[in-house]
Amino acid sequence: MKSQHRRFTRTLAFTAGLAAVALLSACSGGDATTSDSGFGFASVKQDNSAITVWVDAAREPIANAFKEENPDVKINIETYDGNAGGSDSFKTKMALFDQSGEGWPDVVFSTQTNDTSWASKEINGTQAYAAPLNKGLLDDAFLDGFTAGANEPMTVDGTVYGLRNDLAPVVLWYNQTLLDEFGYDIPTTWEEYEALSDDLAADHPGYILGSVGDSFVGTYVYYWGAQAPIFQLDGNEFTTDFSDDHATRMTEMLDHMIDNGTLIQNSVFSAEFVGYSDKLVAIPGPAWYSGAVFQNPDNLNVPAGQIGAAAPLYWEGEDKVTGNVGGGVWYASSHSKNLAAASQFLEYVISSEKAAELASGLPAYAATSDAWLSTQAEGGYFVGDFSANVTTAANSVWSGWSFPSFSPETAYASVVVPALASGKSLADVVPEWEAEIKNEAQVQGYTVK
Amino acid sequence: MPAADSEKSRQQAASGRRRPDRSQTVMGYAFSSGYAVLLLAFGVLPTLYAIFLAFTKGGAFVGVDNFVKVFNDYRFFPAVQHVAIYLVVYLLCLTLFVVLLALIVHSVRSRWLSTSIRFLYYIPGALAGASSVMLWLFLLDPTVSPVAFVLRAMGLESFVQTVSIDNLPVIFTVIAFWTGAGGWIVIMYGALNNISQDVMEAARIDGAGPVNTAWYIQIPMLRKWISYMGIMSLAAGTQLFVEPRVLSQASKGVVPPDYSLNQLAYLFAFRQSDFNGSAAISLILLVVAVGLAAFFVFRGGLFDRD
Repeated sequence: MKSQHRRFTRTLAFTAGLAAVALLSACSGGDATTSDSGFGFASVKQDNSAITVWVDAAREPIANAFKEENPDVKINIETYDGNAGGSDSFKTKMALFDQSGEGWPDVVFSTQTNDTSWASKEINGTQAYAAPLNKGLLDDAFLDGFTAGANEPMTVDGTVYGLRNDLAPVVLWYNQTLLDEFGYDIPTTWEEYEALSDDLAADHPGYILGSVGDSFVGTYVYYWGAQAPIFQLDGNEFTTDFSDDHATRMTEMLDHMIDNGTLIQNSVFSAEFVGYSDKLVAIPGPAWYSGAVFQNPDNLNVPAGQIGAAAPLYWEGEDKVTGNVGGGVWYASSHSKNLAAASQFLEYVISSEKAAELASGLPAYAATSDAWLSTQAEGGYFVGDFSANVTTAANSVWSGWSFPSFSPETAYASVVVPALASGKSLADVVPEWEAEIKNEAQVQGYTVK
Repeated sequence: MPAADSEKSRQQAASGRRRPDRSQTVMGYAFSSGYAVLLLAFGVLPTLYAIFLAFTKGGAFVGVDNFVKVFNDYRFFPAVQHVAIYLVVYLLCLTLFVVLLALIVHSVRSRWLSTSIRFLYYIPGALAGASSVMLWLFLLDPTVSPVAFVLRAMGLESFVQTVSIDNLPVIFTVIAFWTGAGGWIVIMYGALNNISQDVMEAARIDGAGPVNTAWYIQIPMLRKWISYMGIMSLAAGTQLFVEPRVLSQASKGVVPPDYSLNQLAYLFAFRQSDFNGSAAISLILLVVAVGLAAFFVFRGGLFDRD
């Protein structure tokens, strides 16, 4: 029995040792030799291997179109959640590939705008995931074709790490039929918008001018549009200032309109909001509301000839600027074995004719965007000068808002939304909200002032 | 198979029962080795790796720096508090209701009724964690819930109000009870069946009613089972992750992504690329869970021989 026991122990130890070796070797694989690519980063040995691209469901058609038109390029298309809604799957997965030293996709589409904050940095000794794009990988002539400022969020010290897929400037959406019926004009400033809310509340209760129930609306539409300096990054120094005049005026305006009932607390993607399809007089919101809200059979589904997009709201006597809600970004991997195919793919999804045809929102590339806008205008769905107003908005996004490695939406969702639901005012909850933003910035390693 | 052979093997088996022979011992090792290897690869080795990570940073030994960092994180103590409150509410409810329901089911005389009740209790347990949360998402949203009147009666008009942070321990308890209690009721039922008829009859002759029998005979004899349930549920409860994570995504962040300790460990590893801090949190969880389990083991007399 004793010798048996010893043998068992030996077998066990051997198995354990084997497992440990297997695990360790799995962790330290992929030490491929790298060399300077001449593109501003060290690349691995290039060959003609297949590229892997990660897209969300909405970008799958354009990736398939590329595959069809370029049969000589080997490509694997994989669909993932697009990093949507703070899921952080892009960063999570890349962290795992960094850990294992292999497996990175060659091109990734992300629905978030702030991934450059981590993708452009070396993490735990592994080369930054995102490849610099304007250091020789892509032509300057091509890069110059973007709408001004479109690639700003992905630019660090003059290096462009990602290409903007679409722009999402905030415009004022309005229902011309309801405005005519009630005899109101389209508001052009935040002051007029607030005044309209009093008239509407008094004369036509039950009709609304928007919602504050979504975290992207509260932050990007209202506070960004108001030029509130609540989300600013300078180098590694993060600041948030709710006592600034722009912020306090917006807080007061929102509280006033929540009070008079013209701003509701339901998400624009909720069942309750759909019930307002004939009660929504106007709503400030991103360009992509066109497809996601108004022409969506599952959302408001407003008939053609009623909805228009007006120039964005601004403070009277101040700069005519606006906010921005997202807009997807394409990244190329610095670990790619086939950068030529990756860059060919990027140019195709940004600037081909198919890109304009398949775009679901306002494209970031100027030529693509013109083609898309004229298609939209020809459709005859919108009243007013849709393409001129959207273009104006696209060129007037306020540049004071920053893109650190965390989203302003999480603090709004976990602090502001429940507080409003419990009957508190925005002014009540601002101190708590500000503290949460500062805490989050600190955790991310920023110096908070 | 020829009759002689089977007779022979039966004899072998019979003698094996008396004194295990060599081949059977080897088989025993073979059977348990599969588990041992998996335990080493996915239990022991990761734990050792976590201990290594928790006390190092970039491969260099840093003492308790990672722990200090975690303790100073503004999300840590709220998360500890959330998990602690949930555990207290959950364990109390679980123990109370499982024992009570098992006693009731056990005292049901009608055979088919007793069987069907046990089956009904058990069904929700067949649903995996995430899918049962999906089901609860509908139940908890007053706009679509079939039991909206109950929510409205409690003053909850919207999903955001329902999942407010003060309600979460109760919500998670209800979800966990609904999925987990059925299995435990069946186990307790089995344990109650094990109590000798003689003891029960003696109690009856002494004039004990159902309540006295339960209190003085059945519950004390269930003590080991109850503490076993306590340990298992405690281990599962401290690792609260799926429910708050799904609820967080479904509520678009109204339920914060850092509600529980496990979620915080996840954020440390993947949002902050700080695997060391993450390992520190998991070690803290391990120590706390082992400590509490030891309490149950010794107080519940789990390892005592009768």
